[in-house]
Amino acid sequence: MSDKILIEPVSRIGGHGKISIYLDDRGEVENAHFHVSEYRGFEKFCEGRPMWEMAGITARICGICPVSHLIASSKTVEKIQAVTIPPAAKKLRRLINAAQIVQSHSLAFFHLCSPDFLLGWDYDPEKRNIFGLMEAEPELARGGIRLRQFGQKIIEFLGDRKIHSRGIVPGGMEFPLTEEMRTWIRDRLPESFTTIKKNLDIFKEVLDKYPEETNVFGNFPSLFMGLVDDDGAWEHYEGKIRVTDSDGNIVADNLSEDNYQDFIGEAVEKGTYLKFPYYKPWGYPEGNYRVGPLARLNICSRMNATEADRELLEYRDRAGRVATSSFYFNYARLIEILASLEKIEQLLDDPEITSTRIRATAGINQLEGMGVSEAPRGTLFHHYKVDENGLIQKVNLIIATGQNNISMNKTVAQIAKHYIHGKQIPEDILNRVEAGIRSFDPCLGCTTHAVGQMPLHIELVGFDGQILDEVWRN
Amino acid sequence: MAVKTLKINDIYVAVEEGLTILKAAQEAGIYIPTLCHLEGVSDIGACRMCMVEVEGINKLLPACVTEVAEEMVVRTNTAKLKEYRRMNMELLFAEGNHVCSVCVVNGNCELQNLAVEVGMEHCRFSYRFPDKPVDISHPQFGIDHNRCILCTRCVRVCDEVEGAHVWDIAHRGEECKIISGLNQPWGEVDACTSCGKCVNACPTGSIFHKSTPVAVMKRDRGSLEFLSTAREKKQWTR
Repeated sequence: MSDKILIEPVSRIGGHGKISIYLDDRGEVENAHFHVSEYRGFEKFCEGRPMWEMAGITARICGICPVSHLIASSKTVEKIQAVTIPPAAKKLRRLINAAQIVQSHSLAFFHLCSPDFLLGWDYDPEKRNIFGLMEAEPELARGGIRLRQFGQKIIEFLGDRKIHSRGIVPGGMEFPLTEEMRTWIRDRLPESFTTIKKNLDIFKEVLDKYPEETNVFGNFPSLFMGLVDDDGAWEHYEGKIRVTDSDGNIVADNLSEDNYQDFIGEAVEKGTYLKFPYYKPWGYPEGNYRVGPLARLNICSRMNATEADRELLEYRDRAGRVATSSFYFNYARLIEILASLEKIEQLLDDPEITSTRIRATAGINQLEGMGVSEAPRGTLFHHYKVDENGLIQKVNLIIATGQNNISMNKTVAQIAKHYIHGKQIPEDILNRVEAGIRSFDPCLGCTTHAVGQMPLHIELVGFDGQILDEVWRN
Repeated sequence: MAVKTLKINDIYVAVEEGLTILKAAQEAGIYIPTLCHLEGVSDIGACRMCMVEVEGINKLLPACVTEVAEEMVVRTNTAKLKEYRRMNMELLFAEGNHVCSVCVVNGNCELQNLAVEVGMEHCRFSYRFPDKPVDISHPQFGIDHNRCILCTRCVRVCDEVEGAHVWDIAHRGEECKIISGLNQPWGEVDACTSCGKCVNACPTGSIFHKSTPVAVMKRDRGSLEFLSTAREKKQWTR
């Protein structure tokens, strides 16, 4: 190994990460790694807090998908309370989670990922962002921003705030859905459907335009994991965990979050704060599995939503029964937005959705609980141990992005090996490496760095530690 | 009944002898910020937010425990006092662990509101991050010492209104803390009647209803005012 290329920070993702690309003597890529360079410490500093605060605290893990943590945490506390929440509360949670999928996926697709393939990999880096998209494709950008606003507005209705909602609480929900809110959501649905359908068509053209990227952006066999309902259909709030392989075979089914430690192991590697979860029965790293939109569409039998099911058929027609390329994450994201919109429409028609009986109360009835939910980026696990009063003694969180860690590393290596030959590395090629990571929509911390210049720093480091070349993108 | 005449912020005020500057100002419609003061219980001048300047006296005085005097000239809102209050507030934040975003009373907290009011944009002192416990052994309520500012409202309301005297203060200096019973877990204190007056009196998120998630707790201050009015004026309606 003689040279090392460093991309730091990786931009237009949630959080702080960097990519190291190692070149051999011939200038060919030997290996590449994705590092997460930030440390949060939530599992430690939550110890000693009352368990009812956990939803609010862990929601701060993420500013994009706090709803996911609120749901997973509340479900975990409800396990400790051994309580069943009122039916209307469950429906409201399904509504807010569907809204979260709409807003988070819209952010990932329009704000973060689409500038790459809609504007071009070699587009001016200073304009290769949502503002550049607004200039070049104003109507498309407006549609994306309004679609995200639609999801965020529903979250605000049900939680008093768009970010870090206070509506999802252990035992159910804090605020009911009013008739005025229901009317507003109904009125905005048609526009949202139009936007997503239009963008599905646009993305299909992207797929036709970039067969090379489709083929090398993290295209490898792996396991896939996620929740499905009793019939094996797409699920985002409850259900059982299913694991399938790249041929579509069900490796494990009807798994419960209560036993997650039996089937998920967490490996630790040097140079990154992100652990490497793996499917335990297959060992590490052979048990690499992917979660998130790509996995959810691979493991489910159908979407259980009319229009999304139609799209799923075409998706499988293009990608095969199991999509193994991470480039399809974006396609899967759009189909999930469509499915979520249909779910929102169905829920609004439910007369119980405006019920005010939405909160159950209970004491401490177990000393341990595990909760699971599908976050936009994949399956999210919370696991708490408490004392007899409900003070947190131990916390384990398995975040969606972490579960894609092995795959993200493989993706970076695959793209780098395919495109990088020699020491001269064009900017658009490095952007492709970043885009491979972006397709996973990783939420490394809790913030997006979507706006402004990409402070990209590349170093070519020789075997003796001497810097051979240095490029700053500013 | 003797009357004292004084000037507060250049306004002449005539009040009963024996009243505090705080009461006199309130009667005259002049606002003085308070934190440890609670209507219906005695004042102790713990928080130092109501400090005022009195002409002829070379130090600041707490309005809640300083009696009015004839021809007293009081100023409540000078630049010096504003700076002092802001610094005092910063010290309160620096010595505890006040994380508003994940507090049960976020958006409904007297400490938070007052910090905004005195213009505390940030804390100029280093946070001390003390290691303080949370006691949720009581079946209904909990106390988080991280959020306690030692105002002793709970001590006074429990002693003077409920008559149970569950709460007290132990230790000194940085070790100083509110204790229940004889420094027992709250849930083991027989004297506690579980009336919840301390919960309603607490100006921060320190004493709270158990099972309260972040940012949704509201206090019923009206119930304390009702008790106070009932006792003093024999009016038994809310």
